[in-house]
Amino acid sequence: MEIIISIVVGILFTVGTYLILSKNMTRIIIGTGVLSHGVHLLLLTMGGLKKGAAPLLGQEAPFYTDPLPQALILTAIVISFGVTSFFLVLAYRTYKVHGTDDMEKLRGIDHD
Amino acid sequence: MINHLIIAPLLIPLIVGIVLLFLRHNVKTQKVISVLSLTAMLVATVLLLFSVLEHGVQTYQLGGWQPPFGIVLVADSLAVLLVLFTAIVALACLLFSIRGLDQERKAYFFYPLLQFLITGVVGAFLTGDIFNLFVFFEVLLMSSYALIVLGGEKGQLRESLKYVLVNVISSALFVTGVAYLYSVTGTLNMADLSNRIAEIGQPGLVTVIALLFLVVFGMKAAIFPLYFWLPGSYSAPPPVISALFAGLLTKVGIYAIIRIFTIIFYHHPDITHQILGGLAAITMIVGVIGAVAYQNLQKILVYNVVAGVGYIIFGLSSFNEPGLFGGIFYLVHDMLIKAALFLLVGAIIVITRTPKMNEASGLIKHYPLLGWAFLAAALSLAGVPPFSGFFGKLMLIQGGFYAEQYWTVGILLLSSLLVLYSVMKIFFSVILGEEKLPTLKERPNIKGLLYPSIILLFLSFIMGMGAEWVYPYVADATTTLLNPDIYIEAVLKE
Repeated sequence: MEIIISIVVGILFTVGTYLILSKNMTRIIIGTGVLSHGVHLLLLTMGGLKKGAAPLLGQEAPFYTDPLPQALILTAIVISFGVTSFFLVLAYRTYKVHGTDDMEKLRGIDHD
Repeated sequence: MINHLIIAPLLIPLIVGIVLLFLRHNVKTQKVISVLSLTAMLVATVLLLFSVLEHGVQTYQLGGWQPPFGIVLVADSLAVLLVLFTAIVALACLLFSIRGLDQERKAYFFYPLLQFLITGVVGAFLTGDIFNLFVFFEVLLMSSYALIVLGGEKGQLRESLKYVLVNVISSALFVTGVAYLYSVTGTLNMADLSNRIAEIGQPGLVTVIALLFLVVFGMKAAIFPLYFWLPGSYSAPPPVISALFAGLLTKVGIYAIIRIFTIIFYHHPDITHQILGGLAAITMIVGVIGAVAYQNLQKILVYNVVAGVGYIIFGLSSFNEPGLFGGIFYLVHDMLIKAALFLLVGAIIVITRTPKMNEASGLIKHYPLLGWAFLAAALSLAGVPPFSGFFGKLMLIQGGFYAEQYWTVGILLLSSLLVLYSVMKIFFSVILGEEKLPTLKERPNIKGLLYPSIILLFLSFIMGMGAEWVYPYVADATTTLLNPDIYIEAVLKE
């Protein structure tokens, strides 16, 4: 199971990298989204995908899944959610002010 | 006995930041509260520093959970020294911003953002948990995103887009690194991580993870192949915000590199520290090349930040007592002097109204204090004896000789010369020379803008003259770094 998920994570990383290297601002942000999905999935996989009950003590199961990676992922998700929403607004504002969403046209050498 | 002082430098800016959010329209109250809170934080940190020197490394278990199960804050000399200098630099930038930042930016949450930035920086210095380090990195990065774009000018928007993107990617890599490390060791606490990696003897897999962390923190600290984002980002915002960034942000990345390569991944210095040494040498070279090449005041300083990172990483890579001592000494000196230089350049830009070097000259006639302060800062940056830069570099060179890295020592000396050239170039063409200033009805009054940087320069002078007063703290920090057992025992006692 870990092997399959690892391959999926690899694909997500590849797609994310490819999108981040494109010129279009929106594609870049989608790329960061895909990348963070890959990272969160990796965090879950690296904690181990053994079979067990959901980490709720009320289940009274003999084995539970590891609760720590789940807490880490939850933290990482809200952080990347906050950053992504900021990034989207920033991109919108940059588009409004500069009138372009092409990263090639946003090179910063005009004042040197 | 639990020492509650440890959490004070973290809680004060956090609570004050939240309070300031509600006082948006009352900028005057915000200023007063900010100054008071930073002073309180400074006092608390000084007390903490004394108690750490007296009683050794201290820990604070959040929620009373024993490590490695809970999050623990660790106050050793290095962390507390850095927190202290963070408070000093932040206070200086705050005092500068009272006169040196436009009203609009101040009304749009500059002061709360400053407090949150400090919360993140202090948290990153004090934490003893690797995932908690990630969270504090995000706290400081989020505040820095908002600060870098505050004002919303064209250049700022363009550069902050790149800054945010780079940091989003490096944060994703950070989480990847944490995931790998967790699957190998099954713990997140730094002391426990160190123990477990010592047990398995740092196999190749762990060294790969170490290098992944080097990439992550190297991106924050701007070491050689990963410094590309810094020149644009740091010259976009107003000088006071650049001063904050140059004084604090890259230093957090350097601190994280120092921490993980002395406490966790120290078993194969032949691989990791060799790589660090090589990267440090190239970082120095590219830093000074940029500093010499540009004619833009802010750009020159920004590339000096890159060169400074190279010196400190070099101290770590020699991995012996004088090297690490010099690295830490240079790190705290660098926080002071980079902030002071950016603030002085901020004052120059207020007068000349341009960051370009060749458009104004002869400031010394009407602004003698500014001129001499800049000269002092330039000499301190290059490492001329009465100032603090000298002592740090001396120890770095000694450490380099002990580790037999003669080439890198040569590069360090040569790059110091070029650093001196790059700032003296500003001094000779802008401060001295024929008077050429933009014609204005009245000359801008910069009295209120000068004293924060003069305070910083005075501290740098004290650190250079009275190096024996600073010595015990830095020596204690070095001892803890070279003997990770002290740290581990303090965290995992009982």
